[in-house]
Amino acid sequence: MESQFSNAASLRSDGPRNGLLNLAIAGRLDADSTGRIWRESTRLVAAARAATVNLDASAIDYCDGSGIALLIQLRRLQQQNRGKLEIHGLRPEFQELLDDWSQQRGETGQSKPKARVQLVEEMGRDAVQIWQDAHELISFVGELGLAMVKAARHPKTIRWRDTLLIAEEVGVNALPIVALLSFLVGVIMAFQAAVALRQFGAEIFVANMIGLSVLREMGPLMTAIILAGRSGSAFAAEIGTMKVREEIDALKTMGLEPVRFLVVPRVLAGVVMTPVLTVFADLLGVMGGSVVMMSLGFPLITFFNQLQSAVSYGSLVGGLVKAFAFGILIAAIGCLRGLQTQTGASAVGLSTTHAVVSGIILIVITDGIFSVIYYYLWV
Amino acid sequence: MATGAAMIRVDGFTAAYNGRVILDRLSFEVYRGEVFVILGGSGCGKSTLLKHMIGLYAPAEGTILMDGCNVTTAQGQERQQLLRKFGVMYQSGALFGSMTVLDNVCLPLQEFTNLPPDAIRLIASMKLQRVGLGGCDDHMPAELSGGMQKRAAIARAMALDPEVLFLDEPSAGLDPITSAELDDLIVSLARSLKITFVIVSHELASIFAIADRVIMLDKSVKGIVATGKPQELRDRSENPWVRQFFARQPSPDNPA
Repeated sequence: MESQFSNAASLRSDGPRNGLLNLAIAGRLDADSTGRIWRESTRLVAAARAATVNLDASAIDYCDGSGIALLIQLRRLQQQNRGKLEIHGLRPEFQELLDDWSQQRGETGQSKPKARVQLVEEMGRDAVQIWQDAHELISFVGELGLAMVKAARHPKTIRWRDTLLIAEEVGVNALPIVALLSFLVGVIMAFQAAVALRQFGAEIFVANMIGLSVLREMGPLMTAIILAGRSGSAFAAEIGTMKVREEIDALKTMGLEPVRFLVVPRVLAGVVMTPVLTVFADLLGVMGGSVVMMSLGFPLITFFNQLQSAVSYGSLVGGLVKAFAFGILIAAIGCLRGLQTQTGASAVGLSTTHAVVSGIILIVITDGIFSVIYYYLWV
Repeated sequence: MATGAAMIRVDGFTAAYNGRVILDRLSFEVYRGEVFVILGGSGCGKSTLLKHMIGLYAPAEGTILMDGCNVTTAQGQERQQLLRKFGVMYQSGALFGSMTVLDNVCLPLQEFTNLPPDAIRLIASMKLQRVGLGGCDDHMPAELSGGMQKRAAIARAMALDPEVLFLDEPSAGLDPITSAELDDLIVSLARSLKITFVIVSHELASIFAIADRVIMLDKSVKGIVATGKPQELRDRSENPWVRQFFARQPSPDNPA
């Protein structure tokens, strides 16, 4: 039996016969060529269960770490089969390499496969993890609350310059994307509603629907989700990188609490800018609706009269109160995830992901809670 | 160098990470005004010990007192006073990347003093000059080389004129010349300003240049294997591990 895999390395076998397997490896054994004969040769040796494997290595004309690994693996397999491997004709320089690599150093090659974690153990670990997460969240909320109260009492301690810079980034720089998306959502919703309402000749009520849904729901929600993706993630990445670079430790040992120094400015910026952006989102959403209405032949003044009859200040304020709460949530969760960052570059990526995911989940849950509260307040 | 009373007293200190003990019942003292070096191989817990000494982590057991004040449990006013007593230079420098070098040094002064802004800038500028970074005031940290970042970090740590400076591997990742310059700076600061230094290092050359006293940590005993002047340890230590460390030989059970 002969198997020729490439010009680079070849394997020939004979047997097993009377507990003897003859193998001949020839050619070049490097990372590329060794791979081609690895499976075949190890399978042969493992299956043969021969007392002696004679390996003719005289035709090996190049051998690097990969080739040596193959020889070592064959020897190990023979040890498992309680047989022996005799290597003949290996060139002295390769023999030297083999001897050098064969020495056991420390724990190399001794690593055991990790014990499988039982389901119960895994559930236990996860439960502890969730408990610790909740604990951290609660203590962070407490710390942040305390810092905010302190900041309100002593406004001079707030880092206003940082707060303004962050507010610019969170608010002003987010305006184009918030405006664009809100406008488009307004257009799309109005169009979909118009198609359905046309069947009843009630297209004018598109104005009612757009007014209520944008002011109460879509405006705050769209703004919040955009900010969670845009600024919540940025907060987590920024603070996470500071954590990795020991800057958070430096703050602590300088006596500057990270919560006061980093989190308070961000939460302030979030709290102020989210409602402001929501006002713009509301405006642009309604404008989107008006464009659709005009294209259906309604004059702008008709649309606005209908809109005014449908929405109250309550709808607007209700939406803005929600936006205020979303602002706190997005900024706080972004900062918390940043502060929770472990070590290493991949940890920052993980924190960013967590910030966006938990930010959006919390926004939707909070939105649900507000809906219930408003339902009882207004009915 | 004259050594006074104990500035830092570590007593029965045990550090554990995820339930695994890293350092086991350490006790030692750092005297006022000395350059004290914590020495040891990679992964023996040097930096962990340092982070406990500055109160970032709570020890599993034992106490760490700085000037009679427990660094782990100090709260409120006591903690603020304690934090004013020491400055830290982190391994990476940990300068705030969004501020200029001067603003980095100004920050502690702005936060903890009532000095007028021009005085703060002058003081910060002086500290930068003292570490040999005159003229770099308006650079961003990223524009500085590794050695310069470490100097700037020392300047920031010295901003409030602390009694103790902790340096985490000051010469790591620096070329021998820059590293020697940093050693000179440390020695001259210790002499002229009477600052107590606690330095984590494994750089043999710099230890002989700067250290008044060293303790040597080792993984195998999870604690101190030797204490004393570096020259004494090199010349007279009976401990085979210490002799190897100073002779730069590989360990016998792990031949290279």
